[in-house]
Amino acid sequence: MKKIVIIDYGSGNIRSVFNALNNVSNDKAIDLRVSSAIEDIKSASHIILPGVGSFKSCISGLKKTGIHQHLKNIVLENRVPFLGICVGMQMLATKGFENGEFSGLNWIKGEVKKINPNSNKLKIPHMGWNTLKFEKETDFTRKLLKKIKSSPTDEITAYFVHSYNFKIKDESEKIVTTNYGEEITAMVSKENIIGTQFHPEKSHLFGLAFLQTFIEERQV
Amino acid sequence: MKDAGDPVEQATIYSREGADEITFLDITATHQKRQPMLEVIKKTAENCFVPLTVGGGIRNISGVTEFLLAGADKVSINSAAIKNPNLIRESSRKFGSQCIVVAIDAKKESNGWNVFINGGRVDTGLDAVEWAKRAEALGAGEILLTSMDKDGTKTGFDLELTSIISNSINIPLIASGGVGSLKDFLDGIKVGGASAVLAASVFHFKEITIREVKNYLKSKNINVRMDNFEKEKYE
Repeated sequence: MKKIVIIDYGSGNIRSVFNALNNVSNDKAIDLRVSSAIEDIKSASHIILPGVGSFKSCISGLKKTGIHQHLKNIVLENRVPFLGICVGMQMLATKGFENGEFSGLNWIKGEVKKINPNSNKLKIPHMGWNTLKFEKETDFTRKLLKKIKSSPTDEITAYFVHSYNFKIKDESEKIVTTNYGEEITAMVSKENIIGTQFHPEKSHLFGLAFLQTFIEERQV
Repeated sequence: MKDAGDPVEQATIYSREGADEITFLDITATHQKRQPMLEVIKKTAENCFVPLTVGGGIRNISGVTEFLLAGADKVSINSAAIKNPNLIRESSRKFGSQCIVVAIDAKKESNGWNVFINGGRVDTGLDAVEWAKRAEALGAGEILLTSMDKDGTKTGFDLELTSIISNSINIPLIASGGVGSLKDFLDGIKVGGASAVLAASVFHFKEITIREVKNYLKSKNINVRMDNFEKEKYE
């Protein structure tokens, strides 16, 4: 039986993440829960780390609860499928530079820095729908695109709300980008770890297909 | 007033048709209707997976919190922001500018446009352009501008008002009030300089569909989100 755990570490409103997953996991054989209990996280088949707020408040929330230590074993060693959304993705970085300098989980090397659109006509935060550019094909993107019967060059849009950009060190881990005055990392991936800057839970049918593809991932 | 149907059902239909965002404005909000409104937000958030903006009857920061926790992504504040401008500052600091929308109902007066509150019944004497600038300075993330003169007329947005305000602020402006034709949407963006256009009755009464609007805007080279795959394609 699948057990999908949305980690609740006090990062703000995560109801919409729950609602969207509930919509795609409409199956009695799936146990979907929002939890901060270590036992739940340890027994999860899929882990989702949402993130609303600043890098600092999210990472300190995660560390304060001690969840980050357990996540390391579960995600890096046991290779449980993991999805970080928005700041939940940014926290995978080595460092974050939102109102100071803070250490991240360092699972995907890189730094999170403020977006600097070269045209001052662009407003910060980057808020709204934007077109995705599939930079690389992975097993996940292949399944996702198949599900929505699209090719990587089709116009696919997702919903963004953020002011900071995850600048990835290793290009091979940058899977999807979008453009907002500069190249914005929209999706990262490394082995069982996936992160999205966009909000799949607010990205309508594409977003639902994304979450569905994620919960179909298997532990390897 | 005409009843345009069940809000949750309508919102679900619109999100399927390609609406980029859903907005609920309860213009007759009262204390008694608070609970039913929260129910509507909650049910809509369970069924619609696009951003949801909700306004009407917010008096203080706990009202903002209640709407957000029920599932709204953005909250629109109108009368309360006039009575207590600090509410804009307080709520944008707490939740981020991105979820605080200040709604302005404006009406033409002899030397400009005044801001009206309480569903357009009370003239505040405030200049709409100045108020929009102040709302931005206080931390509003968006301005939802409704022309009281144009609302319900189906003769297009008040383009003069829309363009004066959109040129005075650096946050997105959503134009509202007056849409009757496809060209009105285009004018709101091209002439009025709006970042987004809002319509209600033409959609509710099926005079225009969302898809028609999007196809039309696309044909006029406006950057709009087109669903590149239909619901039927989705497994």
